[in-house]
Amino acid sequence: MFKQFAAVISMSLQTLPQRMGASSVIVIGIAGVVAVLVSVLAMGAGFRHTLADTGRPDRVIILRGGSDAELNSNLTRTDADTISNAPGLAKDAGGRALVSSELVTVVNVPKIDTGTDANVTLRGVGLRVAEVRPELKIVNGRMFRPAVRELIAGSGAAKQFRGLAVGSVLHLRNADWTVTGVFTSNGDVHESELLADVDTVGSSVERNGYSSAVALLTGAAEFSGFKDALTTDPQLKVDVQREPDYYAAQSKQLTKIINVVGKTVAIIMAIGAMFGALNSMYSAVAARGLEIATLRAIGFGALPVLLSVMMEALLLSLLGGIIGASLAWLFFNGHSVSTLGGAFAQVVFQLTVTRTLIITGIVWACIIGLLGGFFPALRAARLPVAEALRAA
Amino acid sequence: MKYLPLIWATLWRKKTRTIFTLLSVVVAFLLFGMLETVAHAFAHPSSGITGADKLVTTNKYSITLALPFSDAQQIRSVPGVSEVTWMSWFGGYYQESKNFVFALPIDTDSYFNLHRGEFIVDEGQLQAFRNTRTGALLNSALMKKFGWKVGDKVPLHSTIWTQKSDGSLDWTFDVVGSFSVKDPTQASAQSLTLLFHYELFDEGRSFGKGNVSWFEERVSDPSQALAISNRIDALFANSPNETKTQPANDFQMAFIKQFGDIGFVLRAILGAVFFTLLFLTGNTMMQSVRERIPELAVLKTLGFGDGKVLGLVLAESLLLCVMAAFIGLALSYATLPIIKQGLQGLELSPKALIPGIGAAVLLALIVGLPPALRAMRLNIVDALADKR
Repeated sequence: MFKQFAAVISMSLQTLPQRMGASSVIVIGIAGVVAVLVSVLAMGAGFRHTLADTGRPDRVIILRGGSDAELNSNLTRTDADTISNAPGLAKDAGGRALVSSELVTVVNVPKIDTGTDANVTLRGVGLRVAEVRPELKIVNGRMFRPAVRELIAGSGAAKQFRGLAVGSVLHLRNADWTVTGVFTSNGDVHESELLADVDTVGSSVERNGYSSAVALLTGAAEFSGFKDALTTDPQLKVDVQREPDYYAAQSKQLTKIINVVGKTVAIIMAIGAMFGALNSMYSAVAARGLEIATLRAIGFGALPVLLSVMMEALLLSLLGGIIGASLAWLFFNGHSVSTLGGAFAQVVFQLTVTRTLIITGIVWACIIGLLGGFFPALRAARLPVAEALRAA
Repeated sequence: MKYLPLIWATLWRKKTRTIFTLLSVVVAFLLFGMLETVAHAFAHPSSGITGADKLVTTNKYSITLALPFSDAQQIRSVPGVSEVTWMSWFGGYYQESKNFVFALPIDTDSYFNLHRGEFIVDEGQLQAFRNTRTGALLNSALMKKFGWKVGDKVPLHSTIWTQKSDGSLDWTFDVVGSFSVKDPTQASAQSLTLLFHYELFDEGRSFGKGNVSWFEERVSDPSQALAISNRIDALFANSPNETKTQPANDFQMAFIKQFGDIGFVLRAILGAVFFTLLFLTGNTMMQSVRERIPELAVLKTLGFGDGKVLGLVLAESLLLCVMAAFIGLALSYATLPIIKQGLQGLELSPKALIPGIGAAVLLALIVGLPPALRAMRLNIVDALADKR
């Protein structure tokens, strides 16, 4: 049985080059489906990664209760002081709590590709930001100084928006701000932002107070104690979240939309490609009618014939899947784009063709191939031997 | 026309193959219809504000920065501005954050004067709205969505504005009536709107008093819109709150563009779909002509000229593609209501389907031409001799 199968499959593969035209329909049809599927899902994966890589479990974000996002939130200076005295906070060498009180605003900066204004986050950060966010690294230029109008730009923002190179001047609300440096931050969402001193930002937008506070705990386990201390304080009305939870919630909606759209388009396209595969495999079976009939006549079983046709379809679609996934990887992996994120501000992210996506694409390819190969294989197996021989 | 039966017969020469090819072209045009309408909707956004005579003024540096309400007086004095009204972003939802409600605090007189003739609203209900401090006028689609009726008390959660009285983020409104939008192309952009009094909002909030998020202006002569925009912005040029005034449609377009080049992404996908399809259908057409070489030779022997044979093969390809395109576009038209649900606020126009027919003809020519040329160049003797 296995020997028969091996013989038939090697035979069908040897004659494959003669059926180049029809076979390439399967390969190209499926490559198209997989390329579209993988590219679109790579967008969702890239966006999710950018937000999922933001924050660490031992760092928390505190917002005014019921605010949902930093941009809506409002904390007073008294709130900020209360937060700094909560238990479980990491301290610096001088014994001061590692908390950065932040003020988040959105400023209009033109996008390089369209030239139209985009909402870019300008985040005022506290003096101890370097210790609260150790992943923040200046890659070009220097850090901003407090009390003067200086800011640093995230590497993603510097790539997507106009006028953010080191040394350039940004005119924001009656004042000139100098870009003194470009920073990276582990590829997270802050790389889409501009950072400056919180009090300087506050005076510029005439806001006395903060949007949020970001605090580093001595350990991830301290979270519930810290949260309880703040949420049970009658003077305070705040929501306390671990950073990863806060950012994951922000990526949920867009990632879901991208996945639904990507998969819907790919499913419809896959149906089209399946019809193409059916056509090709039927014509392959027709072209090999004499050969198959001869095999059956000399004693080969129906099952090896059926399997060999399925195998041929599977191999062709596998090839298509690999080509499609490679094209998506070649053209789009690492491609940097930006969109309006959940928090009403631009998020710069890179399309990421992950290993999982490549595997997903190839699995889809094989399913299309098997579905497209099954009915032609059945016809091959049921071919009436005598008639087929006579017809030839 | 008299050749139609002949073309029809040759098209169905191999039934299964034609059906599968037809279906894959149908699928391609189904995608064409769906993606094109969405791309078209993104390229022609409806702002919910009808007409070229409307301007929007926001803070120049950030849409999230407020403008002083007192600017309204100065804007009103600009020649060419016939009405000005102001609004604030409330950031409201009902019970859960996914139930977004576009709650809009408005100055009733100037708002309805600026938008006069654009809403269908019962006079009595409008009067009730004017007379009820906590009253709210809701889009009828929003009323239906949550099953609200006149007389209900509707609590909304604002993600931004705390009440002065108790520091709470919850605001309660009395539903006094409903409105709908006359212009059907603007209807979906307005479907989640709840109008309430700016006075109540400004008195009730604990901070930001006297500020508004944006102004809307109506100009008496739309052709002057740009000049008037510049005049408004010049008023506040060196103030702490510089402004940016633009036509309402441009404002909406700029917002849509922030999501990225969605049109490009959709058309790139379509490109991949059509390239794949081109290959697939082209291959089938080639194969079908190859199998028919003896028949074509017979036609030529009977006196069909080269041009006629070329025409016959092309017509066959055209028939297949256009037929499939019609089915595919009709199917995509049927899916529009589903897409619409996923894309709240975007207006889908079936107009975007029209280029599909052109695409079908182009596709038919590209896939039909190589086999048609081959058929035309057939040498009768060789073709009859060759069995294939």
